[in-house]
Amino acid sequence: MPKESLFRSLNSRWIVGEGPDTDVVVTSRIRLARNLRSYPFPHLLSEKVAREMLKQIENLLTLGSSKGDWGRLDFFRMADISSLDRLVLVEKHLISPDLARSQHAGAAVLISDDEAISIMLNEEDHLRIQCLFPGFQLEECWKLTSSVDDLLESNLEYAFDRDYGYLTACPTNLGTGLRASVMVHLPGLVMTQQIGGVLTAISQVGLVVRGLYGEGSEATGNLYQISNQITLGPSEEEILQNLGAVIRQLVEKERAARQALLKSNPLALEDRICRSYGILTNARLLSSQEAMRLLSDVRLGHALNIVPKVTNRVQNELLVLIQPGMMQRVANEKMTEQTRDFRRAALVRQKLSG
Amino acid sequence: MLCEECQKRPATVHYTKVVNNKKTEYHLCEQCARDKGELDLSFGFDPGFSIHNLLAGLLDMAQPQPEKVTSSSNKCPNCGLSYAQFSQNGRLGCGDCYAAFKSQLEPLLRRIQGTSVHSGKVPERQGGALRLERQISKLSRELEQAVEREEYEQAAKLRDQIRALRRRLPKSEGGGE
Repeated sequence: MPKESLFRSLNSRWIVGEGPDTDVVVTSRIRLARNLRSYPFPHLLSEKVAREMLKQIENLLTLGSSKGDWGRLDFFRMADISSLDRLVLVEKHLISPDLARSQHAGAAVLISDDEAISIMLNEEDHLRIQCLFPGFQLEECWKLTSSVDDLLESNLEYAFDRDYGYLTACPTNLGTGLRASVMVHLPGLVMTQQIGGVLTAISQVGLVVRGLYGEGSEATGNLYQISNQITLGPSEEEILQNLGAVIRQLVEKERAARQALLKSNPLALEDRICRSYGILTNARLLSSQEAMRLLSDVRLGHALNIVPKVTNRVQNELLVLIQPGMMQRVANEKMTEQTRDFRRAALVRQKLSG
Repeated sequence: MLCEECQKRPATVHYTKVVNNKKTEYHLCEQCARDKGELDLSFGFDPGFSIHNLLAGLLDMAQPQPEKVTSSSNKCPNCGLSYAQFSQNGRLGCGDCYAAFKSQLEPLLRRIQGTSVHSGKVPERQGGALRLERQISKLSRELEQAVEREEYEQAAKLRDQIRALRRRLPKSEGGGE
């Protein structure tokens, strides 16, 4: 039985935890794609075999989790939870939109107590091991992901080739199976109109830029996800070093842009941030687009000590709380768009007034 | 294949439209597709256009000579996926597909990954010898650097480590443990 709190609470490690460079970097995420040897990949896997595989992995992990220091892992089959609950897991970045949509009998997820580890089963690959940390900490994130991988590997026969590395359903993940992504908040670069050039430069060094919810989502609230494109050839460490080096530069550029804005017209910047804060604390109807835009200003305001009261935790909570799935789940009712906008405004007012 | 619209850029977006039971095929470049409103990049969670469609387009380009890929005869012996099925949805059927379709996959892999061989993590269970080889070549590089820097004490240490590892390698190549 799924535990209720997972779908209502906002206690994910990335939401409540502390991390380095949180003035610009929201989260760091590592994902490893793994498949079991000789089984067909999920899209060709029969229901019967898929179920056997689930049992095997569930047993392995619930037994094995005592060996790691990550505590208990809870297991949910997609078929056993409502579509609204799946949406909430997407909004909390614990599963992908693809897994949430999946009709596959073997589609499932294991989630750790602190929600830092989630292991998707039978998404595009048999296993997608993911760790999500607050702030800029790719190294720590990789260590944890790799140790979960090691535990799984000590009991499962992975599909691996000495030249091609870990074999994946889609050739874009072949090799390390590693996708590392860092979510950054770049209002300074957007306001100073440097963002286009920066993003172009990033795509020229083998990295990809995506929106808030990964593949195929748009960038709202000046939030961008930057991740590695190439998975075959460079080692995991090299991939992380390359991404890390670019992110470090990006962080510096964003900070410089903010200082430039502050210097050129401090009053205008302060006015903009305080207006946004004013709307958020007073509005009666808020669309999710508008809320994301205004929250971006407030996030910037917090980083620049203009609205110091709004902590990182509150900002991260709001990022999830104003999404349609979470709002309906918390209110425990289905809502029309208009009631959603009304509820959203009320939630934001309540959160910001503490 | 060039884009039907602009005749300048390569066509990377391929789709079929059915209007009043009339089927029309389109081959456009990304830009023209976007201009025509056919390439919806505003998504939400709609899976309409995915990486797999794009891959299928790349495969078309990577396969100028069709005589090699004569349809159904080319199947993976383990899972039964045909190459035609792969080029349709951009997903392989199982790990063995990589060996079964190696010659066709190589050009695609070069395109999306660059020409490369895996140099990262190796599973402990299957990769015993490979792990050792990797470790040896890493230490050998360090040894060269140590010699260049004239750090002979360090070089001697590395040489001994390499020797010890070499002794643990299985006698015959690919002999496993």
